[in-house]
Amino acid sequence: MITLTINKKIHKIEADPNTPLLWVLRDIVGLVGTKYGCGVAQCGACVVHLDGEAVRSCVTKLSRAQGKKVVTIEGLSETGTHPLQKAWLDLDVSQCGYCQAGQIMSAAVLLKENKNPTEQDIDDAMSGNICRCGTYLRIREAIQLAAKEQEG
Amino acid sequence: MEKTNTDYGRRSFLKASALVGGGMMIHFSGLAKLALPKNGETVVLEQWSELNGYIKITPDNIVKLICPNPEFGQNVMTSLPMMVAEELSVDWKQVIVEMGSHDSVKLGPQFTGGSNSMRMYWRPLREAGATARQMLMQAAANTWAVPLEEITTKAGVIYHEKSGKKANYGEFASKAAVITVPKGVKLKSVKDFNVVRSSQKNVEGTKIITGKPLFGLDYKHEGMLIAMIQHPPAFGMKLKSFDASQALKMPGIRDVFSMKLFEDGFEQGGFDVRTFNDLLVVVGKTTWEVMNARKKLIVEWMPAGDTKNTMGGRNGKREVIVPGELEDTKVQHEKMKQYAAKPAQQLRKDGDPETAFKNAAQIIERTYNAPFLAHNCMEPMNFFAHVTDEKALLVGPLQAPGWTEPTLMKVLKLPADKIEIQMTRMGGGFGRRAYGHYLIEAALISKKTKSPIKLIYTREDDSTYGIYRPMYTTTYRAALDANKNLTAFHLKGGGIPEHAVHANRFPAGAVDNYLAEGWQIASNITVGAFRAPGSNFAAAAEQSFLDELAEAMGKDPIDFRLELLKRAKENPVGKNNDYNVDRYAGVLQLVKEKSGWNGPEHGKYSRGVAAYFCHASYAAHVVDMTVKNGQPYVERVFSAVDCGIVINPDAAANMVQGAVVDGIGNSLYGGLTHKDGLVEENNFHKYRIIRMHEAPKKIEVSFVQNDIDPTGLGEPPFPPVFGAVANALYKATGKRHYQQPFSLAQPDAPNV
Repeated sequence: MITLTINKKIHKIEADPNTPLLWVLRDIVGLVGTKYGCGVAQCGACVVHLDGEAVRSCVTKLSRAQGKKVVTIEGLSETGTHPLQKAWLDLDVSQCGYCQAGQIMSAAVLLKENKNPTEQDIDDAMSGNICRCGTYLRIREAIQLAAKEQEG
Repeated sequence: MEKTNTDYGRRSFLKASALVGGGMMIHFSGLAKLALPKNGETVVLEQWSELNGYIKITPDNIVKLICPNPEFGQNVMTSLPMMVAEELSVDWKQVIVEMGSHDSVKLGPQFTGGSNSMRMYWRPLREAGATARQMLMQAAANTWAVPLEEITTKAGVIYHEKSGKKANYGEFASKAAVITVPKGVKLKSVKDFNVVRSSQKNVEGTKIITGKPLFGLDYKHEGMLIAMIQHPPAFGMKLKSFDASQALKMPGIRDVFSMKLFEDGFEQGGFDVRTFNDLLVVVGKTTWEVMNARKKLIVEWMPAGDTKNTMGGRNGKREVIVPGELEDTKVQHEKMKQYAAKPAQQLRKDGDPETAFKNAAQIIERTYNAPFLAHNCMEPMNFFAHVTDEKALLVGPLQAPGWTEPTLMKVLKLPADKIEIQMTRMGGGFGRRAYGHYLIEAALISKKTKSPIKLIYTREDDSTYGIYRPMYTTTYRAALDANKNLTAFHLKGGGIPEHAVHANRFPAGAVDNYLAEGWQIASNITVGAFRAPGSNFAAAAEQSFLDELAEAMGKDPIDFRLELLKRAKENPVGKNNDYNVDRYAGVLQLVKEKSGWNGPEHGKYSRGVAAYFCHASYAAHVVDMTVKNGQPYVERVFSAVDCGIVINPDAAANMVQGAVVDGIGNSLYGGLTHKDGLVEENNFHKYRIIRMHEAPKKIEVSFVQNDIDPTGLGEPPFPPVFGAVANALYKATGKRHYQQPFSLAQPDAPNV
């Protein structure tokens, strides 16, 4: 039995401790906002926050999350109004939308650690998140917009 | 159009979601299981009056519009309902949009692909909106006992100005629904549009960024099991035997078995493409448990040898031999060289190209190659199926339910009205999800296990399964006379298993002597439509070749193309020239203007241009390259597109930008190789997809402004990007690029 906090709620999970956090979230807890894209930490669709750090949940074992705080896209903001979420809507970023939760979760950690990221900072932080539809320019712009909103 | 009846028996659940960005946007996914409200949330029961398949209105004036075509990122869920809302005359901000399930009687063809949605539904949806509006007006006129001509509408309200009476649509919806559907209702004039041609936000935008269940992979059903298929490791192999004893002992596992997809002699339709017919299936409780159990399978594979597919169709049954060879990329290249030297099928001939080449002062010959491409949609293949002896429910990502339903009927032995298909939002499509083999697989697994199941492909399963973009080669030859005039043009294209020659496309029609030929090599590597099939290679090769010709003739690349187009207009050669000269020239002129082509202020950039026409729209790009960290980098792109009336401008710009990024990525990095039938690039660490730091800083999109009926945008901007990138690479590196992906070391140009 592994106890962890997910989006501020305590969960006691009965599962193989080697189960990737991704599948715990999706199949056991029922939070499907975190996506499966590759399973080998290459695409970023599965990014969640583990004690504030961006991790790829497809390769993060459940045992590693024991006693820790997990935040998924569903818990990023209770009202869905995180500056990144607002910027994503303002700039109408999404095409298919499958990668966007992972993009936002990666970007959220960037903005927490770097209030005023340059274009290079954004490229460096976000190059681990694949968007097959090619919305990178809008993602970049949305991060810049959210950074400005946060400052203002 | 049929008469529609009020359906008082219909109930729906409404849930108010987070209101972001102002306005009363209430969203509903249409999949009842996903929308079940949790404790404490307000649930309102409403009665919907159905005016037609696309429009439902409650007495409280809530308007729901049904989107007929499934969504994979082209935003048809927004643009198609916009057409209805325009003519219906409702406030767009008050509208709820729902994805329709498969119902071709009520909703039309429901095929997402071929950049066809806007074209196919432009009239029908507008007519649906206009007709429903008139029925509402008639209902009011009847009740108020006034002539119909005195009734007006605005933003969902009906007015009789003379008497000051007014009512909202909801008040008359149920009366309107029983009025005989009028014929020949007039549509709005384009200049009066106030919804279409204004940018509207993605109707599912909020759901996407708050992680709501939307995709097939997210769908849940009570008692659902997870199934996965252990496919052969290579093309040309099949299942020999398996030992499931270890796998069955693994936690959570219910069953392991083998089954056939199609029985011998099953007549396949065009979209029944499948790579493997004998399937080894693992069924269990959760995804991780099934993934673990697969690792414990002990399987023997064997070469399949030559096999037969029975194809059905309008011309009757025919058998196609599928060669059993375990293919190798090196061998494929050798074979293609051999075939290229042999006689091929003539596809078009104008004038006397043979003589023109004999008399040429200079002949330029170049050969272009491109590899297999995998679609690699971000959401891997998956589908939910719950099949009993009486009926079937299928839910998941699918582009064309109408094409897989007949196969399901045959395989499940169920009539159409007992098969329900619901289309979820797709995490990418690109043509891959038009091939419904994974629905048939899921349905058969569900039937056999007597359980609702979700079939999931891992990324490795998905990217090695096939249904790829074919491997292509085309050799171009041009004859120039002593004055460097173009006297003959010859293209001979081939591919595994099909070529990419569109014989009637530009520059056919612009050259007196023209020859187009094609050949193909059969293969067991399956292929299917990939974003602008054929065109996605043809544009690359042709637009690179035109660039070399322009250089040899001492002409500017854009001017050269415009000259050819002028010839095709004033004195066209041959018949069936598949492009409109003015519109093709139009996008070239627009991109020339917007990019400041030849302007000295752009001197730091290596510029490449290309233009193409396919799927009824025209696109041209100027790609500006610099060098970043020693590598060629596309820093910015100017795009000019003519797709007629642009329904949703900002979303359309997003589509073009996405196509540009996709084109840069696939041209520079994309491609699969095979070794003994095995796909070498089975996940993203090996199959390289363009990432943010490789994407341009700026992509400026301009649309030609005209009032031509809208055509599509999913595919047309994509093919010319490859050509523009190749042409920019020449300027950036001094070397012409003939072999995709362009990041590979390039062969030297032949000295001709």
